[in-house]
Amino acid sequence: MTALWLAVGVWLAAWALNVWLAGSRVSTTGLGRALVPLIFGATVLVLWEGLVRGLGVSPVILPAPSVIAAKIAVELPVLWQDFAQTILKGAIPGFLIGAGAAFLVAIAIDRSPFLQRGLLPIGNFVAALPIVGLAPILVMWFGFDWQSKAAVVVVMVFFPMLVNIVAGLQASERMQRDLMATWGASYGQSLLKLRLPAAMPFIFNGLKIASTLALIGAIVAEFFGSPIYGMGFRISTEVGRLGLDMVWATIAVAALAGSVFYGLITLIERWVTFWHPSQRH
Amino acid sequence: MNARATVLPVLTVLGMILALWYAAAVWMNATWVFDQAERAGATVTWAEVIPQTMSQDRPLLPPPHQVAAELWQGLFGQAITSKRSLVYHAYVTFKGTMMGFGLGIAFGVLLAMAIIRFRVMDMSVMPWAIISQTIPIVALAPMIITLSSQLGLQGRDLPKAIIAAYLSFFPVLVSMVKGLRSPDQMQLDLLRTYGAGEAATFLKLRLPASMPYFFASLKVAVAASLVGTIVGELPTGAIEGLGARMLIGSQFGEPLIMWASLFAAAILAGLLILVVGFLERAARKRMGVPA
Repeated sequence: MTALWLAVGVWLAAWALNVWLAGSRVSTTGLGRALVPLIFGATVLVLWEGLVRGLGVSPVILPAPSVIAAKIAVELPVLWQDFAQTILKGAIPGFLIGAGAAFLVAIAIDRSPFLQRGLLPIGNFVAALPIVGLAPILVMWFGFDWQSKAAVVVVMVFFPMLVNIVAGLQASERMQRDLMATWGASYGQSLLKLRLPAAMPFIFNGLKIASTLALIGAIVAEFFGSPIYGMGFRISTEVGRLGLDMVWATIAVAALAGSVFYGLITLIERWVTFWHPSQRH
Repeated sequence: MNARATVLPVLTVLGMILALWYAAAVWMNATWVFDQAERAGATVTWAEVIPQTMSQDRPLLPPPHQVAAELWQGLFGQAITSKRSLVYHAYVTFKGTMMGFGLGIAFGVLLAMAIIRFRVMDMSVMPWAIISQTIPIVALAPMIITLSSQLGLQGRDLPKAIIAAYLSFFPVLVSMVKGLRSPDQMQLDLLRTYGAGEAATFLKLRLPASMPYFFASLKVAVAASLVGTIVGELPTGAIEGLGARMLIGSQFGEPLIMWASLFAAAILAGLLILVVGFLERAARKRMGVPA
């Protein structure tokens, strides 16, 4: 029980520290903004550890963070193999192909307002559908290896991207387009110099949504058949064997991969759309 | 843009999709016909192949009319309480979606209120709420389900609802934080001159001001909740619900079952979005926002 009380004590102390930090002048600096959530995250781990140890929770129900960390250290090669299979071979190629295809289609229908009016409502609707359900069908078509995972990701990513790119290409203002026209800019020039840059905030918004969808698609598709490695395969088999420490280790890798993926897109966005009001500090 | 101006383009695009689908069905299913013919030692011409690609029992890609027939059969072919009825399975999924939706709304709104009220909550919890959405929740789905059965919870309603709530709370949270912060300084100052306390300011200014944001987020949240519920039904050997039907179709090699439940899920999603959109419009009218 002492472990539990110790953990609760640490939690309360850290929470008090955070309250003080949030109220003090540190909170307006970059350091404070990073420190407060980090302290909060660390105390959650401490509390988790204390709960598991203090109450003697069975590792079959909830393993302690220290046990999970040890498992990660031991099983690093397996985790890397799963990561390479699911993320590097499944999610990322699918993400690139899906986003690229959406971009090409958006440019192709750019000159036809008729097709745009028809495609936008349908795209919006399909983007809200549980596309994940296509996973078993695509696994049947493309086999168990990474090709079927990439295919699921392509389909999941395509429609949200298409809707965002088409909306983005309409984002430039009438005045700006008229200005391009008075300069005698051709269609290609005004697309390249005005409308694509103006579309970038929308495109990055879509890429961010798509990055989460890509991971979900790649992992779920593995529930329907996969080679004997991959993150979705690992999770479903280890849950069956009650090896929850390995499940949590895989989830930690997935969480890290998801956050890094998202973070990378945010970084590129900051670099590309530095002019946008939301990026000014 | 009025409604009539979009009907014709939408129908055109739908028609193009159907045509593409038929072409793809002929192309993908033809292999099987040719194989059969080769085994029988006969040669077939394309004129004979095309009708045969339209009516296979286990086509690689069922043509639209086969899917429509299976869907019709599933929806209206038997009593809606039958285990073969898609209406029954859609109801199971709908129940899970609504539980998750409700949980997600409650959690999102409460968290938004705490974040508005306490700066420390804003600073420590908000970044983690954002990170939580970059984690592929489906990775957790099999575990949440085993876990709840080990903790002695019967049935899969609760684990499904938790997964759905995890996906649907985030849009509500983000919109509510924005909405509760939307009153400007002048309005807040006015309330202060009236001597309004914190509770009165919240109830009479912040809460009403946040309503348009709240209803706008519901559409995203309900779609996310449905995805969560279906994912919750997928990997776990569930026997009820549209996700489970897809899994069964996949395991028994019955593509028609898969496609029919996929379209049933699409119809359910469309209905949910329609109802929420109607609620949104009603609320906006009631709040006096020009639609």
